[in-house]
Amino acid sequence: MPKVKFDILESTCVPLPFENVDTDQIIPARFLSATSREGFGDNLFRDWKYKKTGEKNSEFVLNNPRFSGKVLVAGKNFGSGSSREHAVWTIFDYGFRAVVSSFFADIFMNNCLINGLLPIVISEDLLKKLHDLIQKEPATKVKIDLDKQTFTIISSGDSVIFGINPYKKECLLKGLDDIDFLLSMKNIITGYETNRNLVK
Amino acid sequence: MTEFSNFQIFKLNKLEAKTLFDKIWDDHVVRSIEDGPDVLYIDRHYIHEITSPQAFNGLKERGIPVFRPGKTIATADHNIPTKDQHLQIRDELSRNQVERLSENCNKHGIELFGLNDSKNGIVHVIGPELGYTLPGMTIVCGDSHTSTHGAFGTIAFGIGTSEVEMVLATQCILQQKPKKMKITVNGNPHKGVTSKDIIMYIISEISTSGATGYFVEYSGSAITSLSMEARMTICNMSIEMGARGGLIAPDETTFDYLKKLPSIPGIDDFESSVSKWKKLKSDPDASFDRELVFDAALIKPMITYGTNPGMGMAIDGSIPLAEGKNNEASSSYLKSLDYMGLKPGMMLLGHPIDYVFIGSCTNGRIEDFRAFAQIIRGRKKAANITALIVPGSKKVEEQMAAEGLLEIYKNAGFEVRQPGCSSCLAMNEDKIPAGKYAVSTSNRNFEGRQGPGARTLLASPITAAAAAITGRISDPREFINEEKNVKK
Repeated sequence: MPKVKFDILESTCVPLPFENVDTDQIIPARFLSATSREGFGDNLFRDWKYKKTGEKNSEFVLNNPRFSGKVLVAGKNFGSGSSREHAVWTIFDYGFRAVVSSFFADIFMNNCLINGLLPIVISEDLLKKLHDLIQKEPATKVKIDLDKQTFTIISSGDSVIFGINPYKKECLLKGLDDIDFLLSMKNIITGYETNRNLVK
Repeated sequence: MTEFSNFQIFKLNKLEAKTLFDKIWDDHVVRSIEDGPDVLYIDRHYIHEITSPQAFNGLKERGIPVFRPGKTIATADHNIPTKDQHLQIRDELSRNQVERLSENCNKHGIELFGLNDSKNGIVHVIGPELGYTLPGMTIVCGDSHTSTHGAFGTIAFGIGTSEVEMVLATQCILQQKPKKMKITVNGNPHKGVTSKDIIMYIISEISTSGATGYFVEYSGSAITSLSMEARMTICNMSIEMGARGGLIAPDETTFDYLKKLPSIPGIDDFESSVSKWKKLKSDPDASFDRELVFDAALIKPMITYGTNPGMGMAIDGSIPLAEGKNNEASSSYLKSLDYMGLKPGMMLLGHPIDYVFIGSCTNGRIEDFRAFAQIIRGRKKAANITALIVPGSKKVEEQMAAEGLLEIYKNAGFEVRQPGCSSCLAMNEDKIPAGKYAVSTSNRNFEGRQGPGARTLLASPITAAAAAITGRISDPREFINEEKNVKK
């Protein structure tokens, strides 16, 4: 598990205003036959990026030179479906460091926090406004301050506080790793094992 | 370690009235982190070839062993071929993944039911049939359909690969306790309505995100009257409404199923285990964060028409003009129907299809193949249909042979393949070609799920069977003889 730090990010955005984008779209199953965590980025949204004929789909946002940046602005219920952590590795490997939506699927959100890809939940209204602003002006920048938990659209001045679990926040700010934490508790875990109730 | 000294950890207080979920969860909390997740102990860890290699790499980089190798069980299922399994796997990357799994299991002393093992099969099919899934357990696997095991009264859910590494390293993961939802299904389902239809109906009512953030307990007479196989189908698809998992309190049906297993590893005194398992139920006054009630009598055989499992309807219905209660279709909705080559307002009955797939961790158990067989017996596969008939495990395949089902399939023109996840996620050769329609007993109809451009229509095994013999989307109720006892 990589130790990734996150503090402040200021970036333009890539808009993907579709609802219910599942992890099979983020990285199709046929690309999961790898045994390392690297190199998935090229296949991000593979079947939307390319047409059935194999040509690039120039209408898809990742092929549109107007849009770039480290923040993926998604639609409602992003990351549903398969638990594949590869989906988060793929988005991270492509270069994104934060994903914004009004609603994330559970396992995806958990996987994001473990890998230093910051999932930010904002209201549906603000999400719609952000999408509109980006479409009109692709140079629209956002600023994310993890310590203050603020998400700001710089040009419009909209600024909101986003939620994050305090434990996860500290891990991200300091680059701490869950496995190191659990390993530090091994004696307590062993103690638990010797005193079980329901299942032996 | 001093860097973690900021985190306050404490033991849980005992609460009074508890749900079944609370009881099992609280019993497995090693410690709680203040304002943070719980350190949750895992009783059973299932692994497979796709989501485990990076976790083993992590252990290697840290130079640490597997903490409790006896609690992890491995199988190769996701990317394996379903034909000629005795030959070397042709695809190099798939072969490499399966070989890495064997190496990792050998190195760390983990029990592996690999390719060609007589107990091989889909992880969520073999776990229960080999007696590794038991009431009251916490169960995880790097696979979202781990929720299947909730049918036995367990807390079972899918995790990411980093969490697989956590379990291998410490037998624990860090988890925020989810909220609790109770879904009650009362009444008796009509003939031709299976457990697949019940869960597809619930998902179509509450959408793919309707239970996100929750762990579900299913109850009501339409649930408790189900067999274990049928309960597994219900719990399996909990994730498709966004839930972390779903569970059903163990009862006599559960204990009978377990009693009939050839062996249950680690259980010496079955009756004393049963008396403990009998305590696994929600207290009458326990409260849930959300409660939903459905009437089984309102449910018809279901089929999906879109690209997520929430886009489902009664088989004799017509495609809604917009999603949910909206008056106007959103661009996401129209994009989905466009992918499917369908239009709002269309009826699906009679729509020609090209493929039928029966199998997967949702409907790849013996009862599913029996139900399919009841429809195809004495009939013939339609000429335009390519059928992928894939048992969930070697045991299921054996059972099919023992019951004479293989003969029925053969006589009706169906070829039965070897076990694996197969066309459910099409990591192997079992792909549906672009633009083709498949009636599938699996769990996801996402774009490209069964192959790039494939158009998936989710349904029950008997609806799939009706489609297989007519070559069109057909109402399974027309093929059911009243006297026949079709799987509920």
